[in-house]
Amino acid sequence: MSDLTVTDVTLAYENTNIIEDINIELHDNELVCLLGASGGGKTTLFNVISGLKKPDQGKVMLNGRDITGRPGHISYMLQKDLLLPYRTIEDNVALPLLIKGENKKTARQKAGALFQEFGLEGTQEKYPKQLSGGMRQRAALLRTYMFSEDVALLDEPFSALDTLTKSDMHRWYLDVMDKIHLSTLFITHDIDEAILLSDRIYLLTGRPGRITEEIVIREPKPRRKDFNLTEEFLEYKKDILKKL
Amino acid sequence: MCLPLIKKLQNTTNKLWPAAAILVLLALWQTASGTGMVSKFLLPSPVDVVKAFVNDFSLLMTNARVTIIESFIGLLMGVVIGFFMAVLMDHFDKMYKAFYPLIVLTQTVPTVAIAPLLVLWFGYEMLPKVILIIIVTFFPITVSLLDGFRSADKDTISLMRSMGASKLQIFRYVKFPGSLGQFFASLRISASYAVVGAVISEWLGGFEGLGVYMIRVKKGFAFDKMFAVIFMISAISLLLMWAVNFLQKKCMPWESRE
Repeated sequence: MSDLTVTDVTLAYENTNIIEDINIELHDNELVCLLGASGGGKTTLFNVISGLKKPDQGKVMLNGRDITGRPGHISYMLQKDLLLPYRTIEDNVALPLLIKGENKKTARQKAGALFQEFGLEGTQEKYPKQLSGGMRQRAALLRTYMFSEDVALLDEPFSALDTLTKSDMHRWYLDVMDKIHLSTLFITHDIDEAILLSDRIYLLTGRPGRITEEIVIREPKPRRKDFNLTEEFLEYKKDILKKL
Repeated sequence: MCLPLIKKLQNTTNKLWPAAAILVLLALWQTASGTGMVSKFLLPSPVDVVKAFVNDFSLLMTNARVTIIESFIGLLMGVVIGFFMAVLMDHFDKMYKAFYPLIVLTQTVPTVAIAPLLVLWFGYEMLPKVILIIIVTFFPITVSLLDGFRSADKDTISLMRSMGASKLQIFRYVKFPGSLGQFFASLRISASYAVVGAVISEWLGGFEGLGVYMIRVKKGFAFDKMFAVIFMISAISLLLMWAVNFLQKKCMPWESRE
């Protein structure tokens, strides 16, 4: 069970509100997108949810516990993979467990058990610079998953990749999500990506950023291979473009 | 299959150029001194220097032993002190503000000027030499490590914090390993400073060591022996450099992976 609730969150920077009255709900095993223009306060909101920043108002609750301003409960993944260049992929992925105080051997074992599922087999002993951008993002996602098996925050994780790698990653991502149990809040400015991946989409618009709309994507999962070429997909896209 | 071979060949040709340059210089030197263009008394020929080196070998080694021990102890302590200074100044901003200018100031004091004072205070044995070496070696280490710690990626640190990492864990997993490259660069500098520092402090008072020996042969106008000592000192520095490089390769295996 994992439920994340963000209630009435407001955060100002130098007396100007960046985000205002944000309400978000993330239910068990759901993938929810936060769609909005760059610089619209999405990343600020993630810093609040992960506990790195304390909001001026509002609360963040995880499974009924108040975690407002307290890091160490929800981790995130960025566009930059932030893998440590001096640790092997295995040790990078196992890092969250080491931070939690597990010993090296068990941490490696637990991490190693998931390499196959994340399409990372054979990379354990390699260093990040020996891997392609797509593979590094896979490792970064696995690290996020190792940290918290219930809620993950992904901040434009695929936006630095080229178009072909990106669509590859989308397929891989849906595939992995089908196998593991993870509630995900996903930031993106890519409308196609949002429709393709999510169960629900929140639109974050304006200055200060507010949630202006919630759109439910009623396409069953796993998604059809050609979902992004269908009429329905286009309808969703038109609808979102109109509301943005 | 043959790629390593080609690489090896390339390495050999790369080493060929400096070797050739050194050979040409030696030949020029030998002709200048051997034919009497320059007085043999002022500039002994390379052959003379080699002879002096062989004849004095055991004496050179006994003195070198002392200098090496001094350099090594001084460098080791300089590194340890430099490391702790950097950690403290990184952790406590007030320490940084209070001590950073002071540390810079210690480097403006000329080594040759404080060496006799150290001899007066701490005697003719090893202690004043080691102290001088510590003074000259800790500085590059502190400055480079501090710079390394402070330039750790902000996003990576945020990520670690979001995972609930403590300050110590952030240091251990991010700041320290991320500064190793800078650390070794400064260690190379400090290692060469250590040998020079040892020789200078031996000049200014002591019973044994290459610096003491150097003064002695200079007073006897034995310039061939003088050159032999100079080469010995260079050889020790080179050996230390090589040791640092070796250590770096061992400590940073990710650097050499392609």
